[in-house]
Amino acid sequence: MSNGAGDRRPGDWSAAIEHLVGLGQRAGAQWEAGWNEIATYVRQRLTGSYEVDEFGHDAEFTDRIWLPLTRALAQNWFHCETRGVENLPRTGPAMLVSNHAGSLPVDGMVLQSVVHDETGRLTRMLGADLLFRTPFTGTLARRTGTTLACQSDAARLLAAGHLVTVFPEGFKGPGKPYTQRYKLQRFGRGGFVATAIAAGVPIIPVAVVGSEEIYPNLANAPGLARLFGLPHFPITPTFPWLGPLGAIPLPAKWIIGFGAPVPTHELEPGAAEDPMIVFNVTDQVRESIQHSLYALLAERGPAFRNDAV
Amino acid sequence: MTSEGGPVLVTGVARSLGAAFAKDLAATGVEVVGVDVIPPRHDLGAARYVRADITSPAIAKLVTRTGATTVVHLSLVSAGSGQSHSAAKEINILGAMQLFAACQQSSTVHKLVVQSSISVYAASPKAPARFTEDLSETHLPTSGLGKDAVEVETYARGLARRRPDCVVTTLRLANLLGAGHQSQIARYLSLPVVPRMLGYDARLQFLHPDDAVAALRLVTEQEIPGTFNVAAADVVTLSQALGVLGRPWVGVPRPLLPALGAAARRLGVLGLSGDEVDALTWGRAMDVSRFTEASGFVPAHTSREALADFAAGAGDGLLSAERVEHGLTAAGSLVAGVARTVSSARDRVRGDAR
Repeated sequence: MSNGAGDRRPGDWSAAIEHLVGLGQRAGAQWEAGWNEIATYVRQRLTGSYEVDEFGHDAEFTDRIWLPLTRALAQNWFHCETRGVENLPRTGPAMLVSNHAGSLPVDGMVLQSVVHDETGRLTRMLGADLLFRTPFTGTLARRTGTTLACQSDAARLLAAGHLVTVFPEGFKGPGKPYTQRYKLQRFGRGGFVATAIAAGVPIIPVAVVGSEEIYPNLANAPGLARLFGLPHFPITPTFPWLGPLGAIPLPAKWIIGFGAPVPTHELEPGAAEDPMIVFNVTDQVRESIQHSLYALLAERGPAFRNDAV
Repeated sequence: MTSEGGPVLVTGVARSLGAAFAKDLAATGVEVVGVDVIPPRHDLGAARYVRADITSPAIAKLVTRTGATTVVHLSLVSAGSGQSHSAAKEINILGAMQLFAACQQSSTVHKLVVQSSISVYAASPKAPARFTEDLSETHLPTSGLGKDAVEVETYARGLARRRPDCVVTTLRLANLLGAGHQSQIARYLSLPVVPRMLGYDARLQFLHPDDAVAALRLVTEQEIPGTFNVAAADVVTLSQALGVLGRPWVGVPRPLLPALGAAARRLGVLGLSGDEVDALTWGRAMDVSRFTEASGFVPAHTSREALADFAAGAGDGLLSAERVEHGLTAAGSLVAGVARTVSSARDRVRGDAR
């Protein structure tokens, strides 16, 4: 062979090229091997031969596409650490109750990834109707195991033996200003506790530290929120100034703590109908989350630090 | 067998469900009288057809004359491309009122089976994953077939209250889908390129027409009073359905949809009702455990099987499994070609270096 860079100037030139071509070939070999897998996936998608459950959860999509993405986000971007993973049940239904922050539900994605990595179980989440009203987000949410936050769906998931995650602060959590960070807001009307009591499943308090700093909410623009039909319109250091780039979360350091389960199966029958018992359990869960939040905050120190690994 | 083994009056036999049910029941040896204003297009088998308008008081005379012991009301119609909404409402509401009044007066009628619809549950982003029977009160439809069905059910409950000796069974049927069954949803899914709401993937639930007939026969032959959801238990997303049918789709942004729907209706391509559009956007599924517990009925077809049966009858779409396979094979050889080129280039460079 006489053409190419090789015959003009052998030596270091060709060594460099061979290195590059070798890299390319290895990648090529991987593509070829990976191609069959990709082709199988594409075939299944295009011909509709994949399964979804009654809530629209697509297990294959979640395992192959979604969880690797959320895992990268949790581990490489937020360097998320965990505490108290022994409190996560390996089998049987349970309700995870977490604080909620950040203008986008990034905490849900990270929590889902962390729980999956620790237990191999996918926690199903409950989301507000706004999530399902909005194009694309609702579809993605259902595919990845989220369903509407309502008593009927929560009970159905628990009856099927799932881990179910709720964010009882609702929009009040993500909507609060940065100065109020890690101060738990009111817990709805306690509906989640009543559902857990009725199902007799343990409630696991979850404290997420780090989610408050990813989109520091400096101010709210209620006029704009009304204009776009959103529960709140946050003004952060990057949003709306940088447009869509403002949706990139700041790489804060995260710690997620799982508290000791609050048992509900020992309560008397009909406890779910007794507002006093429901309020008491709600307070107990809320206090537990608030205490762990302060403890984990002190342990973490500053949110942005160069040596954070 | 039917209560007292008397004749069974079936309404709505001009349409495929009514005809299939009348034929099926008549084949068991029961005397079946099929009623409709227009002559049936489908074979009624051993069932006898009587032309009658259920929206007129004359229906009472027919009930008396036939001495029917069971009345099966299958005349719930939706305002499709053929029927205006007011005409559909007339048949649904006035038909039910007249027919149920005739049943109440009759001394022979001891059972009423009423066809209702999944439309009694309004599809919305606030809807639970599955509707149980008691949730219809909190997710009331505001228009169309759903509103009519809710009203028909109210009249049926009224009859049950006034005639405690009469067994009243109401079946809320899911969208029927199977080979050859005509419906607006079937027409929609058969379009060569299917327009769908951009960014939404509805969960759909079907009932095979054979299963609908079987469920109706079960409640006609046994005494199972109450209101029940009837559907295949599993759900299929619109994306899956279009994949199975091999139909490519285009996403339509939600604000453009009313204009598109109006154009389709005017051109006579498609007449999806607002309720059906909502269901195809937000998705809708029913909990069917109450009927299974009460009757032991389990549909022979899953939603996916009903869809596959329909797909077999609908013919290949532009994105048929075969074409997908061809495309993937072509793309696969392209990838292999690129990999080969890269590796031969490396060999060449190696040779030159030596």
